[in-house]
Amino acid sequence: MARVLINAPAKARRGSVIEIKTLISHVMETGFRVTNMGQSVARDIITVFTATYNGEEIFRAQLFPAIAANPFITFHTVATESGVIELKWTGDNGYSATEQVRITVE
Amino acid sequence: MSKGEQDKKATRRDVLKIAGALAVGCATPSVTVSPAAATPAEMQAAVAKVIGDATLNVGKVKLDIPPLVENGNTVPCAVTVDSPMSATDHVKAIHVIAEKNPQPNVISVQLGPRAGRASVSTRMRLRDTQNVLAIAEMSDGSFWSDRVNVIITLGACLEDLI
Repeated sequence: MARVLINAPAKARRGSVIEIKTLISHVMETGFRVTNMGQSVARDIITVFTATYNGEEIFRAQLFPAIAANPFITFHTVATESGVIELKWTGDNGYSATEQVRITVE
Repeated sequence: MSKGEQDKKATRRDVLKIAGALAVGCATPSVTVSPAAATPAEMQAAVAKVIGDATLNVGKVKLDIPPLVENGNTVPCAVTVDSPMSATDHVKAIHVIAEKNPQPNVISVQLGPRAGRASVSTRMRLRDTQNVLAIAEMSDGSFWSDRVNVIITLGACLEDLI
């Protein structure tokens, strides 16, 4: 399982804008590098990152090889109701990782 | 200071400038075999793919990258768009495009009024000193952009061969 760090507030006021920071461990091999035997190293990156809030998609990012290793992504959302924010990373070679954070809105 | 001295000063400065330019020019190609950079044409193509036939306006977008970066492998990058993010007036997408990377696209983000604030940040790789372009697509179909020149001391793609 990939190591993931998520920084999101556990509690928020209804209607306030909250910031969610995510970091996932991944090599993000660009596919542009070559070994010293002259063979190119196959691309292995995370291609899509999505965030859903109680099942509704709130954020989607398409990543390219120009994203640094261990992709760090910060985004914002409006705290509408208590529930679960699900974060999903998918990538090359069938890579997939999912994490959930619970948020209480008062 | 007499006119003659001024002329001499200007000349000395010019000589230093040329020497500096030569040093840079000679140093770069001798490094290692690195992937070809995207040509301006490829960048144009990447921009055209995003905006289509629409015009690209300058403004509203703020691309925040340090002007001088030591390590091109992790360059912090934040894009903030000036928008109320209401149901009728919001940012639909943000694209970041780098001019001289092997592949110009860096990240494409889809947003909606649920975002509350049109602000995204990440860390990217930059191969060389270059211009980075951020484009925001608004809900009314207009495109706004910001361009920043970033100086990279040690570019990505130059790490030891594996």
